Parts: sequence; C-alpha cells; structure tokens
Amino acid sequence: MVLTGAQILMECLKREGVDLIFGFPGGAVIDIYDELPKHPIKHILVRHEQAAVHAADGFARASGKVGVCLVTSGPGATNTVTGIATAYMDSIPMVVITGQVPTHLIGNDAFQEADIVGITRPCTKHNYLVKNVADLATTIKQAFYIARTGRPGPVLIDLPKDVVNSKTKFSYPETISLRSYNPNVNPNRKQLRKAAELIANSKQPVIYAGGGVISSDSAAELKQLAETFHLPVTTTLMGLGAFPGDHPGWLGMLGMHGTFTANMAVNNCDLLISVGARFDDRVTGRINSFAARAKIIHIDVDPTSISKNVVVDVPIVADCKQGLAGLIEEAAKIEGVDWQAKHEAWNVSLTEMRASHPLGYAKNGGTIKPQWVVEKIHELSKGEAIIATEVGQNQMWAAQFYTYRKPRTLLTSGGLGTMGYGFPAAIGAQFAFPDKLVIDIAGDGSIQMNIQELATAVSYNVPVKIVILNNGYLGMVRQWQELFYKKNYCATCLHTNPDFVALAKAYGAEGFLVDKAEDLEATLKAAFAYPGPVIVDVRVEPEENVAPMVPAGAALSEMLLV
Amino acid sequence: MRHVLSILVENEPGVLSRVVGLFSGRGFNIESLNVGPTLETGVSHITICTSGDEQIIEQIMKQLHKLITVIKVVDLTHLQAVEREIVLMKVGAEDAKRAEVLRIADIFRCKVVDVSPDELTLEITGDQGKIKAVVALLQRFGVKEFIRAGTVAMRRSMQLAD
Repeated sequence: MVLTGAQILMECLKREGVDLIFGFPGGAVIDIYDELPKHPIKHILVRHEQAAVHAADGFARASGKVGVCLVTSGPGATNTVTGIATAYMDSIPMVVITGQVPTHLIGNDAFQEADIVGITRPCTKHNYLVKNVADLATTIKQAFYIARTGRPGPVLIDLPKDVVNSKTKFSYPETISLRSYNPNVNPNRKQLRKAAELIANSKQPVIYAGGGVISSDSAAELKQLAETFHLPVTTTLMGLGAFPGDHPGWLGMLGMHGTFTANMAVNNCDLLISVGARFDDRVTGRINSFAARAKIIHIDVDPTSISKNVVVDVPIVADCKQGLAGLIEEAAKIEGVDWQAKHEAWNVSLTEMRASHPLGYAKNGGTIKPQWVVEKIHELSKGEAIIATEVGQNQMWAAQFYTYRKPRTLLTSGGLGTMGYGFPAAIGAQFAFPDKLVIDIAGDGSIQMNIQELATAVSYNVPVKIVILNNGYLGMVRQWQELFYKKNYCATCLHTNPDFVALAKAYGAEGFLVDKAEDLEATLKAAFAYPGPVIVDVRVEPEENVAPMVPAGAALSEMLLV
Repeated sequence: MRHVLSILVENEPGVLSRVVGLFSGRGFNIESLNVGPTLETGVSHITICTSGDEQIIEQIMKQLHKLITVIKVVDLTHLQAVEREIVLMKVGAEDAKRAEVLRIADIFRCKVVDVSPDELTLEITGDQGKIKAVVALLQRFGVKEFIRAGTVAMRRSMQLAD
C-alpha cells in the first residue's frame, strides 16, 4: 500500500490506539490537516499551542494513555516547549508532532523555521527529525514505545512538509527493538532481599512514594506493602492519590509545604523506603539533613534518579509495580517477625503527632479562607473529582486540603511548576473522562496564562469548572516576599485583574462571583451542576499564607508556621 | 579526579549534540573529546575525558546511558588501558636551533611532518605525561602553532593485578 507521509501518520496513530489529538494548524502541517478529517481521529483545536501540550498532558495523566498533539513549524513548535518541559519533568508519556519547513529549506532561516529538535533536546526523552518518508512509520512506532516504556516522557517528531507529502510503501512494524534502549523493569532479587531485611530490622520505617507509583499503576501494591508490614506512608506532590488520603497509615504530603507529621517522620525515621520518587529539593529541604539517620531503599525505573541527590543503601532499579510486588514477596518470606508489634510504637507516635499537628488555618470571620474553599470543593465533589491545579498557593492548598484517594485524580505541574498548566490539563482530562467532574483550582495570576482556552472549552462544551482563589496577588511569591523580603511586594500585586465573570460570559461560558462566605456552597453547587464550562471567581483572604513551610535550603525539621 | 569514558553511540545526526548537551546542561565538565566512526557501520565512538568525584562520575555514566542513542558506556579509569593523544606543533627552528629541536624530537620519537627554513612541524603521540614533557622542552624554541586532539583510549587485553 503506497501512502503519503500524512496518510502514514494517520495510519500509525490509529494503530497506536490514538483517537484524540490536540493541535493547532499552520502552513507546515496543512497537508496533515487535509488528511485528518478522513480518519476516525478527533482533533481538538486549542487557542495556543502550549495549551495543546498541556491538554495532551492532562489527558495522559488522567487516563494513563499517551497524549498526542500536533502543531506547525516555527512559533507553533516553540510554543510547545513549556508544555514539553512540564511533561518531561513529571515523566508524562506524550508524542508531540511538529511540522517543519521542507528539507531543502532546513537551515536557511526559512519562514516559520525553528530548530525544534535542537531546542527540545534537553526537555524530551527523545526526539526525531524525519528526513525520509520511508523512516516515518518506524519512527512513530519507536516514539510511542519510548514515550510509554521505562520512565515515561515526551517524544517529539519533527516532520518536514515534503516528507509529509512524499509517498512510500506503508507497513507498520509489529515489534520494536532498540539495541541502545532496554529499560530494566525487573528488580534484582538479591537487592530485594536486602531491602526486606532492612524493613524487618527497622523500628521507625517510612514509605516515601512519588509519581512513579501512579505512572506504573502500582497503588494497589503500595497499599499492600504498607498494610502487610505496618509501614506509614507519605507521598510527594506528584504521588498524591497513590495512597488513600483517608487511610490510617497516611501521614500527608512531605516537603516544603508538607505536613508536620510527614516531615518529622522522615526526619526521625531509621528506614526510608523511597518508591518512584526522585529526592527533589522541594521534598528534601537541606539535603544533608534529609532522613539523616536512616538507611534508604530506593525503587525507581530510572537509574539516574538513584543516588543522584542522596546516596542510598539499597538501590533497586525496577518498575515500581514489579519492585513493590517483589519486595512484598521477599519481606513475607522473613519468618518470626510480628510486623505490627515491631512498628507499633512508631505508628502510634505518628498517629498522635498527626492529631496534635493537623493541617489547619485560622478560621477568623469576615474573609473567605482559600483552604476552606478547597475543603468545600472536596465536600461537594465527595472527593470524586479530578482536580487540576495551576502553580503557586492554589496548588499547595489543593494538595493539602483536598483528600485524594485514588491515583490519577490530581493533575499538577510538580517538577517544572508551570503556571497556566491547570486549565488546559483539565480540558484534556475531561476528554478522557467526559462524565467526571473536572475542576481546575486556580489562582488569579495563573489562570490568565492560558485563559484563552475558554474558547476551546466553550466550542467543544467541555464542562470544566475553574475555581479561582482570587487574592489579587501572585500569592506564593508575595508570601516569600512577606516572610523573607521584608514585605517588599515588588511586582506581585495584580491591581488590574479582569472581571472574570464577565470574561467567562464573553467567551460564552458561565461565570459566578463569590465574595461572601455564605454564598460559597450554593454557588459551587450551581457551578458543578452547570452543563458547561464555568468560572467561579472566589474573593479570598488576600494575604493568607500556605502553612506550614520549610524555607528553601532549611532542613525538614525547621518548619515555619506550624 | 580525571576519568576517561569510552562511549559507543548510534551514528546519527545530532548524537554528538545530545552527548555534549548533557554535559553542559547538567554542569559536568569536558576536558577533552574525541569522536570517530568504528568499523561497524552506523556506530561511532566517543572518548570523553572528564573529572568529578565518584558520585558525579556515576551520575554522568547513568545519564549517558539514558540517552536513547547511546549503546554502551565504559569508564576506563579503573581499568588498565592504553591512552594516546596526538599533537601537531610548529616550533621555531632557525639554523642555530635546528639540531637541538631535532634531537629532542628524536628522543621523544616525534615525527617531522613539515619543514621550512625557520620552522619544523612535529607530530607527537603519547599519553598526557609524555606530551607535557615534550611541550615543556620545546617551549623555549618558540611554539608558533599548537593543535592537540582529544584523548583516545582502549582497554588493555590483559588486566594484570598490580
């Protein structure tokens, strides 16, 4: 079968199970767009290419599938960079297809030319420039394989216009084998045995789980490990949902805005079992004080994550699912240990600490507290919603005051910290789960970074609910200025916010304003029941801080605002 | 500590950029770099001299291995290996100096690859120590041009115990 490059792309996407892509057309991809309507692949037209990538990312995080987006050359491609870097930092499987100028013009400073392969080399798992249509099918097969295996990540394919239009005989490779890429997913038994023995010998163990548990679908194994051997669990921001937030063994999130209990548990533990986490600076605080007295076990599919920041005692290179299952198996073989009794004193002390140091906020009257808004969102959605967040205070409150019980229910830019991520990601997630309640918990600063996607949401009637915790500030930076820069609120006050309600309506969405606490519940209910996209502009206490806080560079034990 | 890394890569466009970009992006140091094709079609060989403590070198090795186009990475530092560099050096050699320059060249088994009335171009191969010694001895005659290629290195067939 002789096909054009554009037809091959469509055939390959179908064979990879892709039925939805996010994109924005342009000159270099117009031939692909000409082909697109002939195939059962739904295309979602966004209003900015960055949003196409975030939407594909949100789709991928919520569904576990590979997200796909399609953009044109030059500015179309460069606009994807933030989205790609966001997905790369958080290990999200994604294939980004960019148009490119015809091969004979590459390097000529042609119209809408950008060396996107060069630009995205450090923020993709891998990328390709396809120079010959004969290589296209294999390249796409490889791209999907690389994106979803090992430590997942974004892969970019740059397609010159003449390659898209050239013809070749099409055959899709059934299997793929790369001599230079063979991720190790099976744990080493000897290492597992050592790890199991460390657990048996520990008195104060803690599991520290990250996003890897979610991306490898191993929440069940994590729970089994924790329950069988009576191990308390904390997770990173990326790991929220990997362990039930209403479980008695749950300590809360750790790190800069983690709970007192989680941070103290890590500070005082004698064994840290890290699973699918990467010892990020926002988690560890001052690195040489992090779990300083503990032996460390680290399960991760990416060897570079192991002993990168903290030297570990038992490295286990494996997919979290196989790693956890193997660890459970090995620990179960150890005889004569009463696990509950062994860890009881520790677990009791942590339970007491959790009771005496809960996450909280001053409920003084008058203003609306943002934390309370998040609690209300949790209550009214019965904890069943998919929550997307922007970045900053809104993100931390969404992490602290919503109880995540299942994986893939929190979509947040953990690594790169991309403002403007949440809303397009929520749109992507809603396409994956049309019947679920999808809520973007936003700030008044962040939401304006991709507010144009209201047009996308309206045009496809994507019923995403945006709740803006509107404090009139770039709140997290303001908080730092208050605490560490003598209240020098330079460039953080948003004097001229738009009328978000009118803005929503201008786009054809619904908008509600909440400036009195007594209106919140009814308005949220109305918003959640509304069959289309909604902005709820909640005027919250302007100078509320995220607490507690470990200042940058301090140890986890040196928390402020406890 | 100095480490010599031997890296096999897929010979495709951009592969060197991936390797070098990794070093610059992560703040690792490249002391010298040598690239060339191997006898196997489609495979190139990169030798990189770098420095760092054991943890940094381990991280560099892992990061290199993580690149999709990298096939194999070996740290030759703790192995017995043959290391060579090549230098081309244009030295002032007017009549009065010429005999002495040639004598030193001879002692170090350098080759004379170009001659002019007042200059000699020498080809010097050897490990870093030898090159350092030759350069030190010839410097006083006036070095007009100096080009040094990156280290190439190969594991010795017999790894004898010290």
